[in-house]
Amino acid sequence: MEWRDQGILLSARQHGEASVILDVLTPSLGRHSGVVRGGKSRKFAAALQPGAQLDLMWKARLQEHLGTFQVDLIRSRSAMVMSDRRALSGLGAVTGMLLAFLPERETNAPLFYATEQLLDLLEHAEVWPAAYLRWELGLLEILGFGLDLSACAVTGQTDDLIFISPKTGRAVSRSGAGKWADRLLPLFPVMLGQDNKYPADLPQALEVSGYFFKNHACQSLGINHLPPARSRFLDTLTKTNQ
Amino acid sequence: MSSITVIDALIDQMAKLPGLGPRSARRAVLHLVRKRSLQLIPLANKMQQVAASARECLNCGNIGTSDICGICENESRANGEMCVVEDVADLWAMERTAVFKGRYHVLGGTLSALDAIGPSDLGIPKLMDRITTENISEVILALNVTVDGQTTAHYISEEVGKRVKITSLARGVPIGGELDYLDDGTISAALKARKSF
Repeated sequence: MEWRDQGILLSARQHGEASVILDVLTPSLGRHSGVVRGGKSRKFAAALQPGAQLDLMWKARLQEHLGTFQVDLIRSRSAMVMSDRRALSGLGAVTGMLLAFLPERETNAPLFYATEQLLDLLEHAEVWPAAYLRWELGLLEILGFGLDLSACAVTGQTDDLIFISPKTGRAVSRSGAGKWADRLLPLFPVMLGQDNKYPADLPQALEVSGYFFKNHACQSLGINHLPPARSRFLDTLTKTNQ
Repeated sequence: MSSITVIDALIDQMAKLPGLGPRSARRAVLHLVRKRSLQLIPLANKMQQVAASARECLNCGNIGTSDICGICENESRANGEMCVVEDVADLWAMERTAVFKGRYHVLGGTLSALDAIGPSDLGIPKLMDRITTENISEVILALNVTVDGQTTAHYISEEVGKRVKITSLARGVPIGGELDYLDDGTISAALKARKSF
C-alpha cells in the first residue's frame, strides 16, 4: 500500500530512540498516522513541528498497518508564531482540537483546506482569532453538532438574533426568547461573521462554542474534557484582552 | 551455564541504554569482560557509588550527590540570574559552556497537550517561590525552540509577570551553519534578530 499527499502536522510523538510517530491531517485521507524513521534526528527537528505543511509518502504492507512516512517540508509555520504567545497558543488549540475530535482515516477535504487557511492566517494577529472561532464552528458542524444561526428558531426572523438555544444550537431573537432569555446562551456578532477584526467579545464567543463542544461533542464521543491547549488559548486571549 | 546467563543478562540490561542496541551492548560487555581489572571493576564500583548517592537537588532539580547541588550551594552564583531549562541534560549543556554564572531551575519537561502535561506537573510553582526567596532579578528562559518549549516559555513569562526581567536565548544561524542547509524558519528568525556588524 502506498499513497502520496500533502499534510498538516498535528503531532510528533517519540517512538523508540530515533523515530517519531506523526499524526497528520491530509485532504484525501483525513487524519492519518505513520512512523518516520530517524525522525528524532537534527535533520528533521525543524520540519517536524506542529503546524508544518509536509509532502508525505506513506507506505505499509497492509492498509490497516501504521506504516511509515517519508516526509519533505513544504513550509514551516512554527517559526513565525514562536514569538507571538497568542498565535502559538492558537496553533496548540487547533492541533489539540483536531487530535481530540477527529477520527482517523476519515476523508474531509473541506476541513483540511479550512485548517490550512486558518494556519496561514496565524501571523495576521488582527484577523486570525475571529477566523479561529469560525473554524471551530465549522468543526462543530463537521462533527454533526453545527449551530444554525441563520434565523430565529421561534419566530423565523433573521434580525436581532442575540441568543442561542443550548439544546438545539439554533439562534433565537430578542422577541422570540421571551421569558426563556435567562436560560439561553448569548449570541455574539462575531459568531455571525459580522466582525472580522479582533473583537472584544471573542473570548466569550469561544466560551459559547466551547459549551457545545463540551456538552454535545465531548459527551457523544466519550471525551472527558476539552483539550488543555484550548483552555490555555482562551486564557491567553482573555489576558491579552484586558 | 550460570555465568553465561549473567553475562546475557548484563547484555540485555546494557542494550536498554540510550544509544545502545543488542549488538553494541554485546561488544561493550565483551570489552569490559576482557579488561576486567582496568575497566569492568572500576566501572562497577563507580556505578554502585552513583546508585547509592545520586539524587535530585531539592532546590533546582539538578542531579548531584547531595540534597542541595554544588551550584545551589555556591554563594558566588547567587548573582540574581536564574536560567530555566527543560531537563538536567540542558543544564549540563549550559554548564559545559562555562559562560553562565548564575543559578538554574530544571522544569522537568514542557507543557504538552498531547501528553497531558500541565503547569502543575512541572517545577513552575517552585520556580515562582525561588524567584521571591532568592531575590532573582533576571530569568533566562533557555527552553527548546519547539512548539512545546516556547509555549512553556510564554506561560512562564505570563506567570512571572513584571516582577523580574525575562529574557530568552537568541535564535538564528548556528556556528558552522551554512545558509543553504538551514530551514526557512531559522533563516527568518535570524534575519528578524539581526544586529549591527
